[in-house]
Amino acid sequence: MEILVCARRVPDTSENEIELNSTGNDIERDDLVYSINEWDNYAVEEALQITAKVGGNVTVATIGSEEDEEILRREMAMGAHHGVLINDGAFTGSDGHGIATILAAFVRKGHYDLVLTGVQAEDGGAQVGGMLAAMLDYPFASLVNSIEVLDGKLKISREIAGGNREINEIDLPCVLSIQTGINEPRYVGMRGIRQVASIPIPTPSASDLGIDPATVGAAAAKVRRVDYFLPALGKGAEILQGSREENIDKLIELVAAKGGLK
Amino acid sequence: MLEGIQSPAQATYWLVSGQTLFLVIHLLGLACFAYIVARRLTPLFRAQSDFRFDRPFTRLGKVLKFWLGQWRHPRYRAAGIMHILIFAGFILLATRAFSLVLGIADRVALPEGIGHLYDIIKDYATTIVFVCMVIAAGRRLVFKPARYAVPARYGKAHTADAIFLLALIALLMVGDSLFAASKAAFQTRLGQPVDFLAVLSLPWMLKNVLLSASLPTLQHLHLGGFLAHDLTFFFLLCYRPFGIQFHVETSLFTVFFAKLDRGTLKPVRWDVSDEHLDQVKSFGVKTFEDFTWKHMLDFYSCADCGRCSDNCPANAVGRPLSPRFITIKARDYAFQHYPMLGKAGNGKALIGNLYTEDEIWSCTTCGACEEECPLLVEYIDKIVDLRRGMVDDGNVPQSLQKPLKALESRGNPYGKMEKKKVDWTRDREFQQTCDVKILDGKNGADTLYFVDSITSYDDRMQAIGRATARILDHVGTSFGILGAAEKDSGHDVRRFGEETLFMALRDHNVNAIKDCGVKRIVTADPHAYNALKHDYKDVPPVEHISQAIAREVKAGKIKFNPVENGNVYTYHDPCYLGRHNQVYDDPRDVLDAIPGLKRVEMTRSRDRSFCCGGGGLMLFYEPKEDQRIGVKRVQMAAEAGANVIVTACPFCMVNIEDAIKVAGLEGKMTAIDLAELVDQQIAREPQAVVEGHGFSRAVRARQDSGL
Repeated sequence: MEILVCARRVPDTSENEIELNSTGNDIERDDLVYSINEWDNYAVEEALQITAKVGGNVTVATIGSEEDEEILRREMAMGAHHGVLINDGAFTGSDGHGIATILAAFVRKGHYDLVLTGVQAEDGGAQVGGMLAAMLDYPFASLVNSIEVLDGKLKISREIAGGNREINEIDLPCVLSIQTGINEPRYVGMRGIRQVASIPIPTPSASDLGIDPATVGAAAAKVRRVDYFLPALGKGAEILQGSREENIDKLIELVAAKGGLK
Repeated sequence: MLEGIQSPAQATYWLVSGQTLFLVIHLLGLACFAYIVARRLTPLFRAQSDFRFDRPFTRLGKVLKFWLGQWRHPRYRAAGIMHILIFAGFILLATRAFSLVLGIADRVALPEGIGHLYDIIKDYATTIVFVCMVIAAGRRLVFKPARYAVPARYGKAHTADAIFLLALIALLMVGDSLFAASKAAFQTRLGQPVDFLAVLSLPWMLKNVLLSASLPTLQHLHLGGFLAHDLTFFFLLCYRPFGIQFHVETSLFTVFFAKLDRGTLKPVRWDVSDEHLDQVKSFGVKTFEDFTWKHMLDFYSCADCGRCSDNCPANAVGRPLSPRFITIKARDYAFQHYPMLGKAGNGKALIGNLYTEDEIWSCTTCGACEEECPLLVEYIDKIVDLRRGMVDDGNVPQSLQKPLKALESRGNPYGKMEKKKVDWTRDREFQQTCDVKILDGKNGADTLYFVDSITSYDDRMQAIGRATARILDHVGTSFGILGAAEKDSGHDVRRFGEETLFMALRDHNVNAIKDCGVKRIVTADPHAYNALKHDYKDVPPVEHISQAIAREVKAGKIKFNPVENGNVYTYHDPCYLGRHNQVYDDPRDVLDAIPGLKRVEMTRSRDRSFCCGGGGLMLFYEPKEDQRIGVKRVQMAAEAGANVIVTACPFCMVNIEDAIKVAGLEGKMTAIDLAELVDQQIAREPQAVVEGHGFSRAVRARQDSGL
């Protein structure tokens, strides 16, 4: 099975202290460390487990510039067979629709049975997977937390509110957005990354993929970020710490004091 | 008058002359033994290389101390003394056995005087070995020491095998004694000069029992005793390589080739230098053949005594690890896959078949097993090699992946910003009394205080850093820290099998240390101490703060205010200060120099110290266990009658303080780092004492950090 995983490099929330920049329209990026978006890492692991069972290749693609190559190397060290860096100045500033447009063009150039994305990016809006499927006219399932390969289709389970699971069959080719916890991604160390350091990574441009630059990038974006801020800590929140009986008494007292009980 | 007794060589056994029969038995026995040993050695030639041929005199010293001297045996009093007796008996009887076997009954003659003395010795040696066999069997069958038990998951009990071997040795002794006793009885009956038998020895007693037997019976017993001895001897020789008794043959080599340097780890490959490691296809031990030949020899040499597991903290709290079975399982694997007949099997993955992942991650590398093993079998290197194999395959628990990734990108397991590494020095009150220089090229100093990650970033441990800095300041040391340029020492990164990441951290730190131009390094973290001392090369000499304090106390530069609180203190030896680096006395000397301080020892102290639960990445690992290791440790302190545990390692502090809470001893038991205690008790300049800050500063520093 030929599987494409769409991945993205994001600031690592566990290893950074996110602060706003002075103009307040973005975070301070000077001292950040980046890593692959966590959901995407699960998607790559899942793709590797599928191809280990049924054969095939895993391609990991990202849209970005040279500095984004590090996540492709990391995923190739995990075992991904190919990495592709979709790189063109015209892509800068694309909104979700633009990203999906670029990825859709890339998918049309190849032959993929299955396209995986993460459910969302740590700094994103969980929109690309669905849009990509719509553009390709492929079936789509989101929040997927298990995949079983059947003949020409997949049996998948999806995470539903309240911890429930929904089991679906979905025809191939399709797009799935992968939820964390679907597997336990393998560890990749520096040694693995060094061993794939010399493998060439193709860098198709807008013209290579037949993309009209006017349909992507900042100019074509219909969603623009206008502000970025940390919500101020709310006032008045109080956590009751005591036995259940004490908490109940205290709660009644508080609600009564505010006029909630007559 | 009847002739003398017929010797086995002259006798005829079932129409075959004794001489021929025994010659055949001996040649067959030796041929079988040679074949068996050759088969047993097969995997050793397929194994990884291991450099064990240096420092021959040191190695001979080890042989004299641990093999011939049986140095570690008395650590288990009863079993140890018995083993020493059996071992001595075997050594003494070796001459006898060879004379019987080679001379085929017609004794190789020793000079008159020595021969007589030897006769006395061998009679008693035979007796003592026989008695020891009876006692050992009794221990196995009646007393059943817990450490011999085989948990169900490791198969069935080894009792039957042990008893069988004990019985064979007993038979060997009886055969020999019967041979001598029947001859002496025969001679007595005929009034001939009687061979000497030592009074109250086994042959002497048998002789007295046999005095009433008929002469033909005695003749039969004489020949039968010899045959029994001879057959048992060669059967044992060929049977030993199939079980724990193989150590009789292999122990000499295992001890000679034993690891010489404590605290060190074996390189990934003995035959590949660091620079060429990238070209090595596979790291660590994944299949049996990835072990080194010495490690395979260890598997053969294990005597299944169970002392390793008896001392293993992981085993004590029900983690799925028993060092004894790391060895026994590997030995059984070797027996099974390198059979006596047929082709040797080809390397299956060990993880998932022989060992479980959790089993290998459960080890804290405390070294208690290695400290105890009478045969100097190594465990830590094997565990680390198995971990290297798992890391290489990407097989790392999720709980460890985040800290490892953070170590790669940020140089510390918490993923904290590099610039925050100096935050512990920025405490306002601390800064007023102690200014810690950052050795960034603008500042210079003689001494580097290597802080390491946990003391730099952990709120509670920062107090240890401040106490350490104040002590260095007090004794007038010109010191500084690397600040943001210091990355994690990588000590436990390496011990968790991530060699490449460790090398990157080490190379970075070595360069930073060289750049700052210091002449010496001090640290309060035994893990950093061990890394700097053994894992790093070409760095200035390193000292743990307890060593520096002990020296300054002796030199009179540190004087203490008396302790007047009625507390009972006990010192917990951190594994990487104690066992791995033999620093046992300095911390104790420091404590004993504090007037009025009452100190007790826990039963498990010094080289038998019980690990706190493990440092470094072990703090992130979620083991399967019935109980926390640290809880066991604080209970030991309570049993010793202590209410303050003094340690000298930030990781011990984490584990012990947590364990005090878990054990429900909060309010009854506290933990304090040696540096903190010293900082509290130092008698500072009169002025400072008048202000009264000397005592309470550390306490307040702790309150500031929210603890």
